[in-house]
Amino acid sequence: MKYMDEYRNPQLAKNLIREIKQFAHQTWNIMEICGGQTHAILRFGIDRALTPEVQLIHGPGCPVCVTPIQKIDLAIQLALETDIILCSFGDMLRVPGSKTSLLSARGRGANVQTVYSPLDSVKIAQQNLNKQVVFFAVGFETTAPVNAMAIKKAKELGLTNFSLLCAQVLVPPAMEVLLSDPYCQIQGFLAAGHVCTVMGYHEYEPIAEKYKIPIVVTGFEPVDLLLGIKECICMLEKGKYGVQNAYTRSVQREGNVTAQQLIKEIFEVCDQDWRGLGCIPHSGLRLKSDYADYDVEKKFHLTPEKNEEKQTVCIAGEILQGKKKPTDCPAFATLCTPENPIGAPMVSNEGACSAYYQYEKR
Amino acid sequence: MFIDNFYTKELRMDEKEKQPITWSCPVEQLDKSKIVLAHGGGGTLMHQLIKNVFENAFKNPLLQQHHDSAFIDVQGVKLAFTTDSFVVKPIFFPGGDIGKLAVCGTVNDLAMAGACPLYMSAGFILEEGLQIGILQKIVQTMKREADHAGVYIVTGDTKVINNSSGDGLYINTSGIGIVKQDPPPCPSQIQPGDCILINGDIGRHGLAVLNAREEIHFDPELESDCMSLVPAVLSLLNLGIPVHCLRDCTRGGLSSALNELAEESGLSFYIREEDIPIRDDVRGACEILGLNPLYVANEGRFIAFVPKQYVSEVLQIWQDLYPDLTPKQIGVVSENKGTPVILQNTIGIELALPMLSGEQLPRIC
Repeated sequence: MKYMDEYRNPQLAKNLIREIKQFAHQTWNIMEICGGQTHAILRFGIDRALTPEVQLIHGPGCPVCVTPIQKIDLAIQLALETDIILCSFGDMLRVPGSKTSLLSARGRGANVQTVYSPLDSVKIAQQNLNKQVVFFAVGFETTAPVNAMAIKKAKELGLTNFSLLCAQVLVPPAMEVLLSDPYCQIQGFLAAGHVCTVMGYHEYEPIAEKYKIPIVVTGFEPVDLLLGIKECICMLEKGKYGVQNAYTRSVQREGNVTAQQLIKEIFEVCDQDWRGLGCIPHSGLRLKSDYADYDVEKKFHLTPEKNEEKQTVCIAGEILQGKKKPTDCPAFATLCTPENPIGAPMVSNEGACSAYYQYEKR
Repeated sequence: MFIDNFYTKELRMDEKEKQPITWSCPVEQLDKSKIVLAHGGGGTLMHQLIKNVFENAFKNPLLQQHHDSAFIDVQGVKLAFTTDSFVVKPIFFPGGDIGKLAVCGTVNDLAMAGACPLYMSAGFILEEGLQIGILQKIVQTMKREADHAGVYIVTGDTKVINNSSGDGLYINTSGIGIVKQDPPPCPSQIQPGDCILINGDIGRHGLAVLNAREEIHFDPELESDCMSLVPAVLSLLNLGIPVHCLRDCTRGGLSSALNELAEESGLSFYIREEDIPIRDDVRGACEILGLNPLYVANEGRFIAFVPKQYVSEVLQIWQDLYPDLTPKQIGVVSENKGTPVILQNTIGIELALPMLSGEQLPRIC
């Protein structure tokens, strides 16, 4: 398949693996931020092929893993109201709140619909004018433009029955939290190619400068990932830091300016809770006051209940920060499996634990 | 306890030593006393349920065969006997409907036992309010498919349940046929050195149903691969080709079929990912939706284990039968290597290919 097979070319991949192993004179700890990259790395066995020269640390870039429990509880509460249709991406459905998940709530009669684009939920709102349609807007900078587009579209259509339950998160502040930790082991970053396609990579330059760390914009196919890792290893071996782009077919330094303008028009930066990480200042997006009518929490004067996390053996927080691997967890593949998950990273298609379970379990 | 506040940033070493508890984002515990959807998903949970509940209760040597059909001897004649239930939603999807699935699914289970299907039963559970016209349409499809497979539907049953307690229409079937090979194809016949063949490209049925259910519109539309496998199997058996084992790649996809047979035979299978035929439209849709085509359900695909010297003959027979399909050898059987299914992936790295765990859900981005 065009634009995919070229980047899964076995010979290219083998050459890159050999080059990386030649360049590296020590073990380097590199974090891939994005859960999609974690899955690709595990699926293609890249982590094993590069051992011991490269130790890949898996980052917090799994949108459903970091969506705070209070927002999920609120989504479930809304979905159980008779006059509300709650629309969500598929993999959010299984992630539980403090008591239950959207999927279980659907089993109990909650009106939860899976959509593939927030624009589909605008259509649902058009078709159900007697109901309130709420889209559960989770995700990183990648999903923000289309969520903004949904609001714009709803406004254009004059819909008063459409709103967002917003849990948008931003990558750079989370990277800073990880880097400012005195126990931080990360020596280089692979920045997520799709986030950078939208936002560009200029916002990573001050971080690279401040923490003297290489950050390489990287894609998702095996050859893309290996190119990113190779670039990062080259910089580390030469003692260089800064931002490099190894995903030039999709990413430009300035990013997609139109998309960024759309985000700025509809959203503003706010402090945001991350599940497993806590509150990170300036790490989220909320609807601007001009669009308060489209913010379900403001529209219906809702305040999320503060539901405390239960105590379990789960080490998801440390896994999301890259401090531990899923296999370090005493519950991994024993108490905690995709059928019976104890932590959110075991639930999602982008969670590190589910990737390890799928590809590393023997 | 600092765990009460998940905003706590620093791990306290003394606490850590006492107990491995720190930040966590626990999720609800599955109530193990209740059935969940994944119990029907063809993966690990379903296998546990079958083992712990059904096998435990019904224990007998015929049930222990772990095959798509049971082999029974009736006055010197070896018969294959099978049953299946159909609950697909929506009941009409591109490339088929629940009736076509019911007949093909049943005759395919018999074919996988190396049997020529003879007779079927059909039980209908209908929801109050179902349009009789829809039922007629489904029944006509069943008649057409039964004729095609050379099988008669000779007995049936009808039950009606309250409105909205179901999705309109469920079908249960059973089927019986005469086994055409001795010993019949089954997991215990698989031998190291056997070649693993597949009769065509994978992933179409699961995607067609998902797309119809979720109203995703791919252009051109993906159609289910639902079809009778009887001709593809009988054409080998009639020529006397020794078929060691057959398995259709339905729920849980190709990967689950391979894992089941590897476990049951006690051997390891070595699969080359680049040899697995997957159409570009299916690969594209899977990439977009975040699904792995090796786990997506099929209704007209099966794997066959045959000795090496028959590979080209089998592939040619299938190609002549179905010129539109791309039958391929996808791997070989080896002695037990400790890992049931080893996949050499597209970039040449060897990994374990595990059984589907839970359900596949489309991803966010």
